Amino acid sequence: MYVSVPYMTGNIGEVLPKIDVVLLQRVATNKDREAFAALFDMFAPRVKSFMMRKGATAEIAEDLVQETMITVWSKAALFMPERGGVSTWIFTIARNLRIDRLRREKTSLYTDIDDYDAESNDPAQDDAMSRLQEDGFVARALAQIPEEQRTLLLLSYVEDLPQSEIATRLQIPLGTVKSRMRLAYRRMRKLLETIS
Amino acid sequence: MTIAHHLDDATIIAYAAGTLGEAHGFAVATHLAYCDDCRGAVRQAENLGGSLLMQQEEKAVSNTCRSATLASLDAITSASPIKFRPSATSASGIPAVLCNLIGNQTLDDLKWKTKGPGLASFEIPLSSNNNTHLQLLRIGPGRKMPEHGHGGEELTVVLRGSYSDHTGRYGVGDVADLDVDIEHQPVVDSDCACICLIATEAPTRFKSFWARILQPIIGI
Repeated sequence: MYVSVPYMTGNIGEVLPKIDVVLLQRVATNKDREAFAALFDMFAPRVKSFMMRKGATAEIAEDLVQETMITVWSKAALFMPERGGVSTWIFTIARNLRIDRLRREKTSLYTDIDDYDAESNDPAQDDAMSRLQEDGFVARALAQIPEEQRTLLLLSYVEDLPQSEIATRLQIPLGTVKSRMRLAYRRMRKLLETIS
Repeated sequence: MTIAHHLDDATIIAYAAGTLGEAHGFAVATHLAYCDDCRGAVRQAENLGGSLLMQQEEKAVSNTCRSATLASLDAITSASPIKFRPSATSASGIPAVLCNLIGNQTLDDLKWKTKGPGLASFEIPLSSNNNTHLQLLRIGPGRKMPEHGHGGEELTVVLRGSYSDHTGRYGVGDVADLDVDIEHQPVVDSDCACICLIATEAPTRFKSFWARILQPIIGI
């Protein structure tokens, strides 16, 4: 059981636990329904939007929202703050459900490797990860990369388009899609290093 | 374990975003089981996904959905905290994600299909609706790797032994994630046979002339 709560440092140097982490830990330890309802209101409308971007109808999207949030309830104790924020964890749950239900493909290629992380005990990496938990960092970094790179990230993560289909849609060579992806990713990593 | 050859950042993003085909996704997962660096990179890329999720416009969720979700909680049993596996590899010496996929058999117990002198393959079944292809190849010492899937996106992960080509030497856990236009002719340089996991696009998507000619002959 993880008792450590990640902290973000405010402008005046005060240290505050991140609200969604606190709520999730209340769900994990006390089966706290109020905390769960607050998480539902925070994340469900985004997850619905995410599902509809892949072409799900509102009705199917809500079924998947329900399933995503029930997974949050049942797996709350498995959340590991040093891997990333609550939004990242919920993103991976929603991504896997989307692959399983909307694409009908296997998700063990994600779930079967989740167990490995705890073995590598690289404190430097854990530090970088806990800095990333604060969504604001990533959002600010995202705002700073060129539009064409941000578009590619949205088409990948949100629209679920394979890189070959992005190339077709934007009428650019696959190699260009890949090199812009690499640039976006490196730029983001660099920005995150300087921001944090 | 020291890993010399890693995943391309574009592949890390595709895996984290969930857009890789099944075969390529399993090849990535297999490499991740060996490689701390790439696992860290995937976590960072997943953080991007979390942030992009939060930037989505909110779509109002109906009260029916909300109350149905809350009402169903009592019936849900909670997962207990993960008991971590002692090692990334299963008892049979290959990553658990791959071991589960081939019905928990060891590499030596698989029903290998002989494809030629010193060359055998094993097809790994995937979901019926996906258009990628995953197989294990076993190539004898000193032999050349056959052409496979050129013209399409291809990932190779070494599970046993090693091979070399002009891009370097590939040992256990290394991944070859090369641009499609790179010509290479790998030769097995280990004393034992080299066993690789190879993800390719479905044969209909092969563009290269030679791949189309050779594919029906050697069947890979």
